[in-house]
Amino acid sequence: MSSGPVHVELLPGPPADWQPGPGEPRLPRPTEPRLAPRSAYVVQRFVKPNWLNRRVGALVERLPLARRAFTVAERKSKEDLFGCRMCGQCALPVTGYSCPMGCPKELRNGPCGGVGPGGACEVYPDRRCVWVVGYERAASRGHADDLRRLQRPVDHRRFGESSWLNYWAGRDDHLWTDNDGLASPPVMGDHQ
Amino acid sequence: MSALRDRLASGAFTITSELSPVRGGSAEAMKERARLLLGWVDAVNLTDNQGAHVRMSSWASAIAAREAGLEPIMQMTCRDRNRIALQSDLLGAASVGMTNLLFMTGDYPKFGDHPGAKPVFDLDSVTMLWTARKMRDEGKLLSGNELKPPPSGLFLGAVENPFAPPEEFRAARAAKKIAAGAQFMQTQYVFDVAAFERWVGALRDEGLTQRCSILAGVGVVRSLRALDFMSSGKVPGVSVPDFVQRRLRGVHPDSVGQEGAKLAAEVIAQVKAMPGVAGVHLLTAGYEKKVPELLEMAGIAGGRGPVEAPAPDVAAAGA
Repeated sequence: MSSGPVHVELLPGPPADWQPGPGEPRLPRPTEPRLAPRSAYVVQRFVKPNWLNRRVGALVERLPLARRAFTVAERKSKEDLFGCRMCGQCALPVTGYSCPMGCPKELRNGPCGGVGPGGACEVYPDRRCVWVVGYERAASRGHADDLRRLQRPVDHRRFGESSWLNYWAGRDDHLWTDNDGLASPPVMGDHQ
Repeated sequence: MSALRDRLASGAFTITSELSPVRGGSAEAMKERARLLLGWVDAVNLTDNQGAHVRMSSWASAIAAREAGLEPIMQMTCRDRNRIALQSDLLGAASVGMTNLLFMTGDYPKFGDHPGAKPVFDLDSVTMLWTARKMRDEGKLLSGNELKPPPSGLFLGAVENPFAPPEEFRAARAAKKIAAGAQFMQTQYVFDVAAFERWVGALRDEGLTQRCSILAGVGVVRSLRALDFMSSGKVPGVSVPDFVQRRLRGVHPDSVGQEGAKLAAEVIAQVKAMPGVAGVHLLTAGYEKKVPELLEMAGIAGGRGPVEAPAPDVAAAGA
């Protein structure tokens, strides 16, 4: 056994020939939606809370197995269409159906100041900023004002939940303000 | 309590400047840097690990700047702290009389000197402003827990980049920050004066320049190397339009700095004439000593000049 302190470099840094990898799998990356804006707003009409889906939601929530199956189905379809990360508090209806949770900074209130001249994400320059995409999509269907709503902070406990069930059960009612939030300063409410 | 608020409320053209905290652990070094700006500007921004490079913390630097005689604006970014730490640090800042607070989301860690750091981004600039306003006005934390006493006299600031895509949404984004609580707003480098005027015009049309003082960001391109760097796309949020590049590259390489200063002085004169613009924010990028020269060139140095540093507090020195 050698005596004396062993010298260990705290952060030696990557080797000289290192190339950036895909990044930590759980870190968000911008994903372009695969559902055309027009179709997305058509689907919205059916997903919006109404008597039918409220009833279905309430039924599904009573049966643990059905709930799990429903959540898996939601995950599969939204992962494929929007790059969904299952935050459980879906913002898609007011972001032009471009998922803000794909923003590396997880910004839910619009693009950061670092968007490149062509609309490129600052962190992943080979991808387009989710908010540039969202603005284009929303504006193309006359929904640009949706992006003026103030979005509340994400509740990190809700990751993995079904956002449709939350939406239908009214648990998402206060995720964002009206789009006329400028008229009077909006109230945030307590966020426990 | 905030001299900056009073100045802006008076309607006088206001000059703020960036003051980069030192990479070191000495308040004296910080004060030395601060003294370069004393008498020249109305307030200074103490950046919060700008560009994700580690510097002295913005609150400690803000205290040093205040002791050097300057009015500090303490920046806070959402990159490194979650909502617990941000609210706690806000209370700490308020407790030592830091009332001018400016919130931004922050540059991504990959651009800094610790690219392997964990990005936090728990709140964003809008929700952070919202939280600060709630703490001040309702006397409550984000959780609803009561503050005894609430931080008082806070003057809340924000930033915006009017030139980044989607350009048509940038005024709406500024409006969101004003709705959330922003009372003053500094912008990214203004090179494209026409684009800036469109942006300010949109805010003015909604009556928002009455609710929030707009300060146009102005900086000097000091050399060809600086121009190459700023237009490389490697500096988050900074882009130099082609017509500006053509102008700066059209002069002798040795006089790029001079031409850059001339350009900045012209921008200052143009934004000063725009209704709804309350002042300028000088983006010095570490060159605080060039500020007096720029103000002279722009013709807005009137009545400003170096002043004696305040006498050291004898009681504090004796303690």
